[in-house]
Order: sequence, then C-alpha cells, then structure tokens
Amino acid sequence: MTEAIKRPRRKDPQKRTVLPTLPPTSRSRRALGFSVAAAEGRFVLQKCDDCEAVTYPPREACPKCLSMNLEWRDMPEGGKLIAETTIQTSTNVYFRERTPWRVGTIALDAGIPVLAHIHGDIAEGGRVRMIARTDKSGQGVLMALPEQETENMADDKQLRELTCDPKHRRALITDGRTQLGQAMAKALSAAGASTVFVGVAETWRPFAGADALAAIPNVEVIALDVTDTVSVNELASEIGGKVDILINTAEYVRAGGAMDRDGIVTARDEMEVNYFGPLRLIQAFGPGMRFRGADGVNSACAWVNLLSVYALSNWPAYGSTSASQAAAYSLSQCLRGEFHGSGVKVLNALFGPLEEDWRQHLPPPKVTPEGLAKAVVGALQQGLEELTVGAVADDFLTRWKQDPRVLARELTQPEGA
Amino acid sequence: MTKRDARVRQAYDGVVAAVPITIPYQRYSPEPAHWWIARALGELVRTAGITPQDIDGFCVSSFTLFPDTAVGLTQHLGLTPRWLDHIPMGGASGVVSLRRAARAVQCGDAEMVACVSGDANHVDSFRRMLSSFSRFAQDASYPYGSGGPNASFALMTDHYMKTTGAMREDFGKICVAQRDNALSFPHALMKKPLSLEQYISARPISDPIALFDCVMPCAGAEAFLVMSEDAAKNLDLPAVRVLSTIERHNAFPDDPIQIRGGWEMDRDEFWAMAGIAPDDVDLLETYDDYPVISMMQFEDLGFCKKGEGAEFVRGHDLTNGGSFPHNTSGGQLSVGQAGAAGGYLGLVEALRQVTGTALGRQVEGAKTAVVSGFGMINYDRGLCSGAAALAGPGA
Repeated sequence: MTEAIKRPRRKDPQKRTVLPTLPPTSRSRRALGFSVAAAEGRFVLQKCDDCEAVTYPPREACPKCLSMNLEWRDMPEGGKLIAETTIQTSTNVYFRERTPWRVGTIALDAGIPVLAHIHGDIAEGGRVRMIARTDKSGQGVLMALPEQETENMADDKQLRELTCDPKHRRALITDGRTQLGQAMAKALSAAGASTVFVGVAETWRPFAGADALAAIPNVEVIALDVTDTVSVNELASEIGGKVDILINTAEYVRAGGAMDRDGIVTARDEMEVNYFGPLRLIQAFGPGMRFRGADGVNSACAWVNLLSVYALSNWPAYGSTSASQAAAYSLSQCLRGEFHGSGVKVLNALFGPLEEDWRQHLPPPKVTPEGLAKAVVGALQQGLEELTVGAVADDFLTRWKQDPRVLARELTQPEGA
Repeated sequence: MTKRDARVRQAYDGVVAAVPITIPYQRYSPEPAHWWIARALGELVRTAGITPQDIDGFCVSSFTLFPDTAVGLTQHLGLTPRWLDHIPMGGASGVVSLRRAARAVQCGDAEMVACVSGDANHVDSFRRMLSSFSRFAQDASYPYGSGGPNASFALMTDHYMKTTGAMREDFGKICVAQRDNALSFPHALMKKPLSLEQYISARPISDPIALFDCVMPCAGAEAFLVMSEDAAKNLDLPAVRVLSTIERHNAFPDDPIQIRGGWEMDRDEFWAMAGIAPDDVDLLETYDDYPVISMMQFEDLGFCKKGEGAEFVRGHDLTNGGSFPHNTSGGQLSVGQAGAAGGYLGLVEALRQVTGTALGRQVEGAKTAVVSGFGMINYDRGLCSGAAALAGPGA
C-alpha cells in the first residue's frame, strides 16, 4: 500500500530551491514515435505489418522477417513482473537524487519482455497494467502499475514523477468569469489542489456565478486581465513563486472569417486574448515555474493551454479566431521547448465546440464546461501532454493525423467541418 | 537450419598464443586509451624480442578510443600491418580476437598478430559510456533508473535466484574465492581479504546486487601475440595451443530474460573440437563482471547441469589450490574492469597459468584451461559469448 503524500509545509525562504535535473533525454529518432503516443497516454509498440511480430526497443526493421513495415500500434496493457531490482545507486543525477528506484522486467501479454518503472504496490511476480507517459525529460517511458487500483496509488513516488496531479498543488486559472473557468476551479478543488487562484478581469464588473466561485473550497479570486501586461506582471510578482499548475481559460471567440469582417478590430481582440494573452503569461509566470520544476511535493509541473481544435487547421466559419488559436498552438511548441530541462509539462487540450454563448448556434455534439474541466484535471492526474475533448475534436484529430492536407481541403468546402 | 558437424571445422594446427602482457591497472588515470594500448604493445615487442616491424597483424579492442579505431592506431603507433581487426565485443573480445588472429596466422594472411585491448578511465568516463553505450540502451534501458550493468545484472540475478534457488551465499562464495586468488596477484586493485560476512552485509547497489557483486571500472591494458608454433620456437617463447573456440551472438533472443548464453548452443561442438571433456580442464576463466554470469557459464559450458550452478559452487573450492580453480588472478571482481581489457583478463591469465608463469599463485600442474567471454548488454542481456580451450606446453 502506498503511503499518502502529506501536504507540504510552507516553504522556508532561506533554503535553497532544489534545481531541476532530468532523466536521460537522448533517444533515437525512431523512438520518438513512442514518446508521441506516450504524450497522449497511449501504450504503443512497433508491430510488423507483414508477420505481425511485436518488437521493442524501437527498431528500423522486423527482427523476425526483416520487413521494413513496422508500425506503432496500441498494445494490450497486461503483463507479469518476472524480475525486479531496486536501484540504490545511479550514475545519473536525477535518479541519484531519487533512489531507491524500482525497475523490473515485464513479460507483456503482447508477447515480448520490456524494462519498465515499477509501481511500489506491485507484488513480486504479480500481474501488472502498463502505462506509457512522458517523464521529466519529455520522453516516453513505460511504467507498470498494479492490475487493480490500490490505496493512494497515485501518490507512489515514481508514478508522481510522471504525473501532474493537482493534489497538494497550487493552480492558477486565468479567467474565472466564464462557466469554463468556474468549472475548472471546482474540478481542481475537488482533485485536492491546496490553492486555486482564479483570475477575474475588471473585478468591479459583476458576473454570473461569482458567489458560487468564491465559495469553492481553497479558491482565491484575484485580479487578472490577460490583455493587460501590467496586470499580469503584478499578479506574477505576488504569486509567481507558488503557481504549480497554470491553466489558461481566457479565450476570445467570434464567428466569421476574414472577407466579411470590416477592419481588424475584432481580429486584434482575438489576438490580444488568444495569442498575446498566453505570451504575457509565459513571460510573467514561465521563468518562475521553470525554476521550480523539482521543488518538492508541490513543484511546478504543468502549463495547460485550452485551445479550440481548429487551432490545428482553419475552419473558415470561425476563420479569424482559428488563426489566433493557431498562433497560440504554435506558441505552445515554443513553450515546450523553453520548458525543456525544467520538468514542467505543457498540456494542450484541444476541444470541440463548447456549450457557451459565442458558439450557441453550432449543432451538437458539444462539450460542456464541466466535461472539459473534468477531462483536463484527469489528464493532469495522468500526466498527459496532448488531449482532445469531445467527439468533434476526437474525430478532427483522427482526420488530421491521417492526412492534414486532405482535412484542409475538406474544411474549405461548405459542409467540411 | 541444420547443425553443422564439428568435424567440418578445421583445427587450429600449428598456431599458438604467447607473451601474456598486463599493464597494471589504475582506478582513475588521466591517460587516454591510446596510451594504454601503446604501453601494452611496447611490452609485447620487448618481451617477445621482436621489433614493431615484425608485427604484420594488429587486433584492437577498446571502448574509449573515439574518434579513432584500429586504423588510426596504426599511424599513431607506427605499425604497417597487412591484417587489421577491431573487435568491439567487450567481454568477449579476448576469445574472439584469439580465434580471428589464429585463423589469419594459420592461413598465412599474417605471421605475427598483436592482440591488444586497453581502456582509459577518467573520473567521468563510466557515466559517459553508459549514457551512450548502444541505441537500445539509450532508448530503452538507460532512462529506467540509469543503473547501467548493475541494474541489468540485478534483474538477471533476481530471476536466476527465484527460478533456481541460488542464494546470495553462493554468489558470495565465488567472489570470496576470487579475492583469495587475487591476494597473490600483484596487479589486482583489491588487496584486502574478503569474508562471506563482508560480502553479505555490503552496501546494496541494485537489489539483490551489493557492492562486492560489482566490478570496479578502471584503466588498464592486456595483450598477447598469436603466431605459428615455429615462430614461437625460434623466439624461444612459452607457447599455448588453441584446441577449440566458439563464438555466438544474440543467442536465444526469445528468452524473456537471460537465463543462458550462446555457449549452450555451441558447447557440444566446443568439446568435440577440443577433444577433451570438462573434467580434463585444470582451470576455468569465466567472464565475471557479476557472479551470476560466472554461474551461468559453469552450466552452459557443461561443467554442471542447467540450474545447478549454485550446487556446483557449494561442492567445490574455487581457489587456485582448490578442486576447481576459477578466475585464478582474482578475475575482474578483484582485479578491476579495465573496459574491453576485462575481456582479455581471463585469457591472458590462462596463458600464464598453462605455461607455468603465473604472476600470482600458480595452479599446480596446470596444462589445460578453458577461457570464456561474455559481453555487451545491448539492452536487457549480454549478446556476445565465446570460449576457447587452451593447452600449454606440457598438455
């Protein structure tokens, strides 16, 4: 049984902050296919299209038939622990600081053995359930979990290194005026976040749900306007050292493309919130989070971008907003690069049409704010970096992965979306 | 695929190995691999009474030569060989170099082959080597705790103990006997006696492996010459005949975890070609970066049955004066692991023992030796294995 993690005491400002170190980052280019899937929480291995052999570690050719047609396929999660060791000493600084560290050999139900991190609750010779996640280096790794849920399972020291569990962490939600921001606050509080800072622009202006928001346990409503650099910087100077998870819920959505709009005022507002907003937040909060990536139980761990799935490919019906979301999506890749070395993950949650005023005329299926909040908190608990929410987004991503240029063609036709 | 008859393989008639050279090891040294290899080559030439120009075959093993290979060394060291080989097989390097060189001499491609292995060990060498050891290690083992070979062998040991009933005491007996052998070997880095109690209570490294299960990485070099029997006679060098060799890579790839090495595939041919049986062997030099793999070599080479390694150890005295002299210089566990030179250590020691020129305690009447090599944990298991049966002048 895993011992429950205790809520950390207030940080001693005289003590040196532990600097982030990383598990090994280097991988072959082929192995990145595994990391891509792990970022989505999928456990894939290469499977030969010709002889069906499953193979690992990542290879260029099938070791059974020398076929070059190895494809990453989802694998059955089951397996059995056949050998284990607890590493007490390591040449790598990251592991050296975290020993003892349990690893083992798993005979997978998929038919081959793999080396994996081992959850503390797995019994000797026990059945396991495999997960693939990105570690602090951003690369995919395998971890074996107990087949059945155990008490405080998520608090396992090694598992928590892979996840961004809000439990005992402090989160900042950038816009609490919306139903989405309020649902997110509720979900984070329920997930055990110790403080949920919720930003509200123009605090003097009333908004629906304000009282209920303030009544959520551990919520602190604070002034924040992502379109105002001074406001963002002021808040960062106050709470920048205690934001472990930042969730950017601010968005500016208007229907319409480019040709039928008069001037660039709306487009500028879209960019102001959707692109310059995250840019300001990154400049104000990024450095502090990057510094605190290994700062104990409540280390900085995740930056969450909530983006319309049309960030991936422009939907002319919301063409101008799509463009600003695409800018934000592109920026998220830059942010991931700049966070490398800190262990802070960037989670991009791409959602389909949201159940809210500015998308009122769109047909179902739609994503409710509560559904999106629940999915994001779930993804944090799992340590994911990529997430789609809702049937529209799932379908869109599938088509995008199949062929982004075919999807682009479809989107430019009248019934394309 | 049909198994080939051992008789179709030609014997190593007329070929010998001679001039065992060890350059004393150092825990850390600022010198590069080139320095260690040059020293060993110089010792070879001086001891044999030849000139560098007499060396027309050159075979090199080293992990730390980068950016050079054997090619760069020819110019660096002023050699003009007509036969050149580079054997990157870690613990199997010695046996494999010997069998390559023996065929070259036998066929006339070279007359005098210098086989040299050497490695540097700077303060941060080991960590750097582990992090870039192989593509599979980089992709799929180093990111899991970065335990290096300690963790890989810990998994093998854990599994071996669970499936065979071997105890830590059994592995301890191997280590303690080797330390006993090392106390008389002048080049061993470990100079203090080791008791079973010390072995058992040592600092844990990667459970069930503790400190004295692990070799100490160091710098050093080992070398020998391969030439015709006549050449050795003319130079008045004690010479060792090669009765048999085997080599195998990536054996049993479908075993979920390593329980055996390639020796098991080839041992019948090995003994048939040698014309001797395990009982005829006076001493055995196994590759011993961890005791579990020595135990597997006892089994896979046919000294005992599979799974009975521990019982075999319990039934024997493994010291140089005992019933089954094993790793007679102390092995890597007590001498140190000088990178690829670790793959030469047992072979060079066996050449001394069967020619009656041991630097430490001589195994009485030693004439016949078996040397076995094992190397390269590419991902989860050692891929290279090999063995050689050797006969000294009196055999």
